[in-house]
Amino acid sequence: MNWTWFHKWGSPKWFYEMSGRWLPWLSVAAVLLMAVGLAWGLAFAPPDYQQGNSFRIIYIHVPAAFLAQSVYVMLAIAGLVGLVWKMKLADVALQQAAPIGAWMTVIALLTGAIWGKPTWGTYWVWDARLTSMLILLFLYFGVIALGQAITNRDSAAKACAVLALVGVVNIPIIKYSVDWWNTLHQPATFSVVAKPAMPFEMWMPLLLMVLGFYCFFGAVLLLRMRLEVLKREARASWVKAEVRMQVEKGL
Amino acid sequence: MSNVFSLLLARETRLLFRRPAELANPLVFFAIVIALFPLAVGPQTQLLQSLSPGLVWVAALLAVLLSLDGLFRSDFEDGSLEQWVLSPHPLPLLVLAKVLAHWLFSGLALVLLAPLLALMLGLPGRCLPVLLFSLLLGTPVLSLLGAVGAALTVGLKRGGLLLALLILPLYIPVLILGSGALQASLQGLPTLGHLLWLASLTALAVTLTPFAIAAGLKISVGE
Amino acid sequence: MSFASFAEFIAMGTHGPYVWASYGVSLAIIGLNVALPLLARRRYLQDEARRMRREESK
Repeated sequence: MNWTWFHKWGSPKWFYEMSGRWLPWLSVAAVLLMAVGLAWGLAFAPPDYQQGNSFRIIYIHVPAAFLAQSVYVMLAIAGLVGLVWKMKLADVALQQAAPIGAWMTVIALLTGAIWGKPTWGTYWVWDARLTSMLILLFLYFGVIALGQAITNRDSAAKACAVLALVGVVNIPIIKYSVDWWNTLHQPATFSVVAKPAMPFEMWMPLLLMVLGFYCFFGAVLLLRMRLEVLKREARASWVKAEVRMQVEKGL
Repeated sequence: MSNVFSLLLARETRLLFRRPAELANPLVFFAIVIALFPLAVGPQTQLLQSLSPGLVWVAALLAVLLSLDGLFRSDFEDGSLEQWVLSPHPLPLLVLAKVLAHWLFSGLALVLLAPLLALMLGLPGRCLPVLLFSLLLGTPVLSLLGAVGAALTVGLKRGGLLLALLILPLYIPVLILGSGALQASLQGLPTLGHLLWLASLTALAVTLTPFAIAAGLKISVGE
Repeated sequence: MSFASFAEFIAMGTHGPYVWASYGVSLAIIGLNVALPLLARRRYLQDEARRMRREESK
């Protein structure tokens, strides 16, 4: 197998140039997918026979929850790459992705709570899914807090990587134990998302929204990483040239 | 190899017994937290009894967490941690010995104190074996997971609160299984399933966390 | 189209407040996530520009 594609990621300069090219495409894709998904989901999809129109919250709740979970897994993968191959870019990705993941968890929690009002009659139910999301938020807080507390940039990234790896091993255990705890205490909760076969007009906008959220995440992550790369590599000559060019363009 | 393990265990024991107050502090904390609850929710026996599984477990969890804050601190400050990292013996093994010593004297003491406090909360005597077993299986996991956090935060000035923030979410499965076992036994239901799950968590923690603790210590020492 | 009129679309059956509140909050958070890195980048470039001017005037 040819590994050159992988080694290229070791170069911040290569990343900066390539991400500059990807960024417009990702942003356009995110805006288009989310706009179509939103319009379709909000106005054109038929209302749910049980929940009426409140089910339309699914089109942000589920993509946000999806993204929040995958971003944590991504943190752990980036952490592993950073620990094993000492790749600086992986450290940057880990630290820059964590706040985005935390915000996605907040979206999932808030929309879940709002959705709960018409469905369960109260804003918060200790439902397995919501509780797992809350714990995920705490896990994100841990990673962010640890990264902020350690002043040395390299050890902060390594420590966050170890924590993310421990967390990702724990996530399935937490998830199953919370599910199990929930069934034990509330045998017949009405789960909002588990549905028998959704019709095409319902799941297609959902799919678009999920893809749109992933593109949005990619674009914002690249934005954040590019700035961080500029700051970290401030002494490299290509960064100086790039900053000078940007400054002259902006003034 | 096993020689190093037992030597280290003996060293840790000696060190712990030179500062008996530090061993007693988590136990006193455990007792105080338990005593706070009847004062807060009222002395009704029925209510306290139904709450007792959760209360005992939450208090035990916090006490273990509190005792772990200083686990590696003195070794970090006097430089023995650097010697550990440099020594030819595998660091995960050394770390395991350290955590084991800590658990033997603080975790085990907690387990032995718990039945007394549980009886004060009105837990019937028939539940005590389950309480003992669940704590016996659960507290090592708490110690090992907490040691990961302690290793990552040992170099920081004010690591205590951060340690709690990092580790408490990871404690949730143990809390659920442990208090679940106790709840089941309080209702006269079978508890073997809970205990077996707890045991498998213990096995998982003993095998995996020493590597994470070792990695955390290397990062903290290297800083 | 599953709504007959715009007023019906806003009302969302009886669930208008819930649907619009959750969409509003989410879009605000998404906007924040886009705006913050852009602002941070601008601030950084402004700082750099100031630094360069200072160094040139020396």
